[in-house]
Amino acid sequence: MASYKPTKITVYPKLGEKVTQDTVYWKNYKAPIQIKEFGAVTNINFSPVAPHNFAVTAFTRIHIYGPFSHEPVKSFTRFKDTAYCGRFRSDGQLLVAGCEDSVVRLFDVNGKVALRMYKGHTKAVHVTDFTSDSYQILTGSDDYSCRLWDIPNATELNAYQEHTDYIRCGHLFSSECNRTSTFSQFVSKKEHRSYDHTLKVFDGRVDKSVMTLDHGQPVESLLLYPSEGLLVSAGGRFVKVWDLLKKGQPLVSLKNHHKTVTCLCLSSNGERLLSGSLDRHVKVYNTTSYKVVHNFDYAASILSLALAPNDESIVVGMTNGILNLKHRKNAEESKEISGQQRRRPSYRVFVKGKNYFPKQDDYLVSKPVKQHLAKYDKQLKKFNVSKALDTALEAWTRLKKPEITVAVIKELDRRGTLKNALAGRDEQGLSRLLYFLIGNLFDPRFAPVLVTAAEMILDIYQSVIGQSSVVDRQLLRLQEMLEREIDYQQELLEVLGMLDTVFASSLPRKEVPCSAISKSNGLTQGEGRLQLQAT
Amino acid sequence: MVEHGDIRVVHRGGSKINSREPVISSDSRLLLCASGECVKVFSTSTEECIHDLRGHTGLVTGVLLRPSNHLQAYSCSADGTVRLWDFTDGILIKWRSVGKACVCVCTCVCAELFQLVAVHLPQSGDRLVEARELSAVLSDVSSNPAAIAFGRGGEYIVSAKGLQLEVYFFKKQKSYRFSLKENNKKGRKNTFTCVASHPQDDCIATGHEDGKIRLWRNFSHKKEYTYSTLHWHHSVVSSLCFTPEGTNLLSGGVESVLVQWRYNQESQKDFLPRLGAAITHIVVSPDGALFCTSHSDNSKELLSALRIQVTLKSLSTDLMVDPRSKAMVLNGKPGHLQFYSLQRDKLLFNLDIVQQEYIHQSGLQQFEVVKAAFTASGNWLASVEERKQKDAELELNLKLWMFDEQSQSFVLNTTISAPHEARITAMCFCQSTDSQTTMLVSTSKDGHFKAWQLATPAHTEDDGPSWSCDFVGAYHSLVPECCTFSADGSLLAVSFQEVVTVWSPSSWELLTTLSQPPGAIRDLCFGKLSCSKYLVGTTANNLLCCWNLLTCALEWSTSMNTSLLLADPLSENMAAFCPQAGFTDLFVFKPNEPRPLYSHKAVCSGNVTRAVFAPREEMLDSCEESSQWLNHSQLYFLTQCMDLMTFTTKAEEARQMAASKQLVIDDSIAMTPFHLLLGKHRGQQQQQESGQDSLSAERTPLPQGSAAIKELLQTPAHILPSTSFLCSMFVQSLLISVTDSRSEEMESEKEEDSEEEEIESRAVRPPEMARCGQATETATLTKAQVKELRRVKKLDHGWLSSVLDL
Repeated sequence: MASYKPTKITVYPKLGEKVTQDTVYWKNYKAPIQIKEFGAVTNINFSPVAPHNFAVTAFTRIHIYGPFSHEPVKSFTRFKDTAYCGRFRSDGQLLVAGCEDSVVRLFDVNGKVALRMYKGHTKAVHVTDFTSDSYQILTGSDDYSCRLWDIPNATELNAYQEHTDYIRCGHLFSSECNRTSTFSQFVSKKEHRSYDHTLKVFDGRVDKSVMTLDHGQPVESLLLYPSEGLLVSAGGRFVKVWDLLKKGQPLVSLKNHHKTVTCLCLSSNGERLLSGSLDRHVKVYNTTSYKVVHNFDYAASILSLALAPNDESIVVGMTNGILNLKHRKNAEESKEISGQQRRRPSYRVFVKGKNYFPKQDDYLVSKPVKQHLAKYDKQLKKFNVSKALDTALEAWTRLKKPEITVAVIKELDRRGTLKNALAGRDEQGLSRLLYFLIGNLFDPRFAPVLVTAAEMILDIYQSVIGQSSVVDRQLLRLQEMLEREIDYQQELLEVLGMLDTVFASSLPRKEVPCSAISKSNGLTQGEGRLQLQAT
Repeated sequence: MVEHGDIRVVHRGGSKINSREPVISSDSRLLLCASGECVKVFSTSTEECIHDLRGHTGLVTGVLLRPSNHLQAYSCSADGTVRLWDFTDGILIKWRSVGKACVCVCTCVCAELFQLVAVHLPQSGDRLVEARELSAVLSDVSSNPAAIAFGRGGEYIVSAKGLQLEVYFFKKQKSYRFSLKENNKKGRKNTFTCVASHPQDDCIATGHEDGKIRLWRNFSHKKEYTYSTLHWHHSVVSSLCFTPEGTNLLSGGVESVLVQWRYNQESQKDFLPRLGAAITHIVVSPDGALFCTSHSDNSKELLSALRIQVTLKSLSTDLMVDPRSKAMVLNGKPGHLQFYSLQRDKLLFNLDIVQQEYIHQSGLQQFEVVKAAFTASGNWLASVEERKQKDAELELNLKLWMFDEQSQSFVLNTTISAPHEARITAMCFCQSTDSQTTMLVSTSKDGHFKAWQLATPAHTEDDGPSWSCDFVGAYHSLVPECCTFSADGSLLAVSFQEVVTVWSPSSWELLTTLSQPPGAIRDLCFGKLSCSKYLVGTTANNLLCCWNLLTCALEWSTSMNTSLLLADPLSENMAAFCPQAGFTDLFVFKPNEPRPLYSHKAVCSGNVTRAVFAPREEMLDSCEESSQWLNHSQLYFLTQCMDLMTFTTKAEEARQMAASKQLVIDDSIAMTPFHLLLGKHRGQQQQQESGQDSLSAERTPLPQGSAAIKELLQTPAHILPSTSFLCSMFVQSLLISVTDSRSEEMESEKEEDSEEEEIESRAVRPPEMARCGQATETATLTKAQVKELRRVKKLDHGWLSSVLDL
């Protein structure tokens, strides 16, 4: 005497995104906070010191936000024109920014007025940065030149004029040359929509560039790995990685965006690379395999992107002036999500004695495990077929888990009692059934079962068609959808035929496997079983 | 059984036991079932077959206890004889020829009165033979034994056929007939199917085809009879039975639910659902404690001591051997694979393949397991289940099971729904043990063969490896029939009608094609070990071909109508079964030479379709050439009537005989933990005291003579009377416990020798004594034995010590 075997609910392989560790990590952020800025957000820079404020450069202002405040804690407004590239010094005390009016300004983070103004460029300055010894400033401008300034004296130390077009991004090596310590190497690049697509590496001790790399597109952003052996450049739709230790050999070229890539960023542990693009996506790459492991979608084209230390938050600036902030969830918060089932108050009653462990001499009387059956199984066990179908057609099951409803219909069909279960329904019951059919009949997973049920419904109720307008309307809708589906399948078959010809001509002439592939493809897709074709 | 030199064909169980209703002995310890040409005696406590009662030459059609002596049983057979057995010992006491084939026997359990009914079909008459000049003939009786019953104390006999119920009163010599209309208003059928009568009341219960049970009362009057109707069963009631006190009525049918109705309170009923298969017979033990139901799938179930026997019903999978447990795997139970131990002739466990509630309703198409395959190591099991409904597409499922070390059973790993568009014709695993990947190839009627591979998932988060399709192959849109891997797994041979294609599983290239027209390939086998370069195939056109794969040429071929070809996994040998003129011949050969190693004419009648080589637990070391092929594994095969046969050598048989003698004694005793502890110890003792047979004769029935022994053991030694006094008391107590009358007779047996002979002629044996090996010695007490008993008196010290040892 065996116990009742519950109805088997078929588990279908989940299509789409696979849950990996990366998706878990990158999805573990709270709902985004949107802040409206005055214009397109061109640059975001995090302060390297403790509260990790960040400077947001948008239009003629630079706002400084605290880690949790949604209001700027500080703002610098003394720009005559559009400000560019507000950057913190490594001690977080000073901030440098370029401007459309060619003047580079240096601010004290606590002050309001510029401490120093560096004049010398003739056109807009898009690139500013502090050197690693924090006594000098590097700037790059639309006048094709790169200049090095002494901070206290506000004097120009050096100028590099090798580029032949606008310089839009640059990056400084930190401590490549410990011996000289006065200068560091820096890379700069210049671009003007499709003129000079080069990256040049300058040595601070020499006046000339030591390396020239051709990106092929106007370069929008540059990034150095912390090890300073690899250089990442973004331009056009491409993100390219160069090995500097092998004289700038291109390592890999990534083409995952379909519009210009505007900004690059490394995760705090250096294992993931993020790229933002005008196509409104931020992609996360694994830096060992250079495969996309995660993807964020945003509402507008992305111009700037920054990650807080320890990836505490992701800040994205967009062309429509919106600053998008995402904070990481706390450990407690993320735990709450995983253990979603709330414990009911009665839990404490049932748990009584559960944590008592039998001692050595105790005689254990095991309680028989009670079999818990789902509602529909309880009805099926009693052979109440109509009631079983009713419970399976309850709104929640029908909408959220149609596979359960289909499994019950299949089980009834197997028992030969599907007709009994379908018959004898009133208008409401029938329209509920038809509604379910309209929703799920065209799902290839459910079609074989539901087609039988649909035929039976038509057989049973054909005598009463015309008595209820609701049912008639649903039947007409079903018919219409069926016709559409037939057309669709026919088109699919045509496409398959075309593909077969393509495959047959492209593959080398190997008689047996060829025919097998084409045939199995045809049959598979025709029936919508995609799961197991590994050919 | 055909004698052939040294090797014999031996029957190894697996015959039908559900044809007639079983009988439970009066002490509820033994169960008698008619099975083919013999009667099987089972122990109700250990569920094992104790022995067979052999002697009939035709199908046994009925078994019943002798009412006057509950230790004897009658059996009747289609060969026209009725035999009387002492079923505890399996001794034939007497037999009588009836002359015509008996279809069934019935008896009335009534003291001094004993009736035997023999239904004879060809004349469609009924002969009632009665021991004491009471006889009657009922004509027009149904051949179904369930449709005849004796009423209260043998006063009347009830028989039902079609729509008529006939009651015949012996005293009045009168019969009454009651008939029902053919159909009632709703078109249900009223045909009688079974009859039972109440043991104390004048009440007859009848079962009907529409699932109704009618209780007839007051049927001694032609007109004023009444009946009440009970209805629960939705289809035919196939068996009815009253409990001995008449308080309950049991009924069963296709639904496989045992229903218990309270007599006189019929609205109260109890159910025992899901008994496994349709109930064909219900029997209650005389003390009412045990119910025995016998089912259509050839199993018996004892409720309150549950057990299922192996079923060898309609098999559709091949016979297989599980490499791990060395058990034979069958699909006797619907939706299950049964693991059946060949050594112990016992069902080990059922593996639920379909995992669906089985609906017991006739005419319903259910999922059935049609194919199964094991890997060489036994780690993986593949099973195919299919369900074909009328005018609906075929539902196919391929399931792959992994052996779980922790739970020691198979766990479902992957389910592939609709692996092919049509029926799967063959399936095999890659046999090589050293290769990294496990591969399964299935061939189907849709013209493709598919290779399935165990793949570890790309994402580490997934739960373990699963199976996916690796390759789909076809050859000129022919239908593949069989497939096989070479011993090292480097080659795959797939037969497409008359063409054999050889593929390389690593690159899926078609290496070569072999063909030997005309005739489609029926079986295909690669040679093993030293013959691994040979591929042997049989065609439908009486040809056995052997190809050498190094030269890709035909090595040899013979003309031979082979129905089945199979290779021994442990040696180079192959076995071919060839049907010839109603019989089947067996040839055993090695692929490298076209000369048979061993041949056996007429192994059995009919065709052999299923056979398997089962590896032996221990190797034999026979050096004779003709029996060498049995050294590594044993060949089992199924005959058309589903009997499992095997081949044994003489030496092996002798060894088994010795072992089985030991077994018979042990079998009848329930396996308690106590027994397990002491069994070994006792075995040693028995060897030591082999000279003291008389002692062991007393030791075995110890539990029965409990009163005296308790007294002996519980009294402190220093207050015990002398041992010589105790011994006589002990021997007496043993004898008293059996029958009071007999012990009195024994007391006075010195005076009356004549009475002693009377006891012998009655041949009533106490069950306790009969069960021990030396039963014959103690059962018939002669003077010599009395002397021996006295000698025992003198040996009592040794006996006492052995009791204390226990």
